[in-house]
Amino acid sequence: MRSRRETLTFYLCISPWLVGLLLFVLGPMTASLGISFTRWDLLSPARFVGLRNYQRLAEDPLFWQALRVTAFYTLLYVPTELVGGLGLALLMNQRVPGIALFRTIFYLPSVLSGVAFVVVWTWIFHPEAGLLNAGLALLGITGPRWLADPRTALYALWIMSIWGLGRAAVIYLAGLKNLPRQLHEAATIDGANAWQAFRHVTIPLLTPTIFFNLLLSVIATFQVFTSAFIATNGGPLDSTLFFVLYLYRQAFERFSMGYAAALAWVLFIVILALTLLVVRSADRWVYYEGARI
Amino acid sequence: MTRIPQVPRSPAGQVGRAASLAALVAVAALFLIPLLWMLSSSLKPNYQIFAVPPQLLPRPPRWENYREALTFLPFGRYALNTLLISAIVIVGHLLSCTVVAYAFARLRAPGRDTLFLVVLATMMLPYPVTMVPLYVLFRTLGWVNTILPLAVPAFFGSPFYIFLLRQFFLGVPPELEDAARIDGAGTARIIWHVILPLSLPALATVAIFTFQATWNDFLPPLIYLQNPQSYTITLGLQFFRSSYTTNWAYLMAASLVTMLPVIAVFIAAQRLFIEGISLTGLKG
Repeated sequence: MRSRRETLTFYLCISPWLVGLLLFVLGPMTASLGISFTRWDLLSPARFVGLRNYQRLAEDPLFWQALRVTAFYTLLYVPTELVGGLGLALLMNQRVPGIALFRTIFYLPSVLSGVAFVVVWTWIFHPEAGLLNAGLALLGITGPRWLADPRTALYALWIMSIWGLGRAAVIYLAGLKNLPRQLHEAATIDGANAWQAFRHVTIPLLTPTIFFNLLLSVIATFQVFTSAFIATNGGPLDSTLFFVLYLYRQAFERFSMGYAAALAWVLFIVILALTLLVVRSADRWVYYEGARI
Repeated sequence: MTRIPQVPRSPAGQVGRAASLAALVAVAALFLIPLLWMLSSSLKPNYQIFAVPPQLLPRPPRWENYREALTFLPFGRYALNTLLISAIVIVGHLLSCTVVAYAFARLRAPGRDTLFLVVLATMMLPYPVTMVPLYVLFRTLGWVNTILPLAVPAFFGSPFYIFLLRQFFLGVPPELEDAARIDGAGTARIIWHVILPLSLPALATVAIFTFQATWNDFLPPLIYLQNPQSYTITLGLQFFRSSYTTNWAYLMAASLVTMLPVIAVFIAAQRLFIEGISLTGLKG
């Protein structure tokens, strides 16, 4: 008797979320599939065009450019976040005076708004009066035109993203703090040097956290919008045409809702495939607690 | 907790400590330079801003930049608009996520674990995937150009905060609830009188994360708010940037001011930020 009441209470309690799931996630996803088979500018009635939007994708050079830009950025950013975030976390884990202040400084940029963040960096990347090229000039290097040059614009956005590594670092730091210290000490007593202890004790124990961060960062790179929209608006020469920026343009500048819905479905499939890839690979390299000693 | 006896520091240990301190200082400088450069640029008179090579300090600092930049566009209005949305979204998240998270943490029901996996899965679902049909939905409801598309979904829970609160509730000892239940309290009273008073840090974490996210939000306001009167702070800044691209001093002043509330909240509640991330980040 009691368990039936408990079941009822449970479903009553989660009903806001369930309704939200239907209204704002599952319903729209299904509708989006339907919209992707139409030609629709929101003004005239939608016209069913079958798979034509998906055929158009295959022939659309900008779609392939957007996919290329985003994939290249993923390859650039994900390892950076892994190594940089972990490195920053190790620094934040040092026992030195004033460490709390250092943690604040490292984490602060990642809570700032994307827009303000990007505006500041656009100024730093200014080819003539920018701080970065001034610094390079001191070293005798003539800096590139950064955001204004199709060869460097994507790298500039990548450099900018390093300023936000604090978020990943805090997750790694939480993982580091959670490690049993005895194992590390045992390894040191057995004669392992700092690097060996890190490589063979800390890293394996940290793999669940690395896995979590890896998943988040892969998904995040497929959502990049603000930095491309503000700093370069996809240019120059579409060199920073991120996928979501292209999706935004199709939907809200050209009002090709059908084509935009098809793009959104492609985005969903790509993210799903990458997520499954990371999750599947986890068996090979993630060290689960259950297996511990 | 066993304390490891402090070993007297060896010279090698001291060198190591000095090296980590040096590395920390160097990296901290790299992280601070953009902010300091923003501050310095925001105070420069216009003739100094494009000086080559750039001058490190504004000479003399021109404080009027702030007044002028902030009156060019009604930034006060943008701030109020954003605060209003933030307040509604915070209330929405606190009301909905608390109840949903409590159910996932404490109540037993068939299908619970599967549904919780759905929560986790939707946490990974990026906004751009659903933004087109959501726009169609809200347009049909006549909600474009209002704050409703930005505020109403908050009352239906948010996977991330449901997850965060559930993790927190799992750590609350269940004996307290059992006692209340024996006294005849129902779920609503238990949540209100037992769980909530014990969960203030977690609720505060949800509130400040929500504030930070709403204050910084860009793509949804960009899609829904077309009337400059109802712009949020990020839209205002973007509008400012696209209208006055060459006046970098004003832009830096405006950027800095838009960052201040988040910086203030962050410094005041830093511990909550970091604990919130730890709570959700620990178990992949």
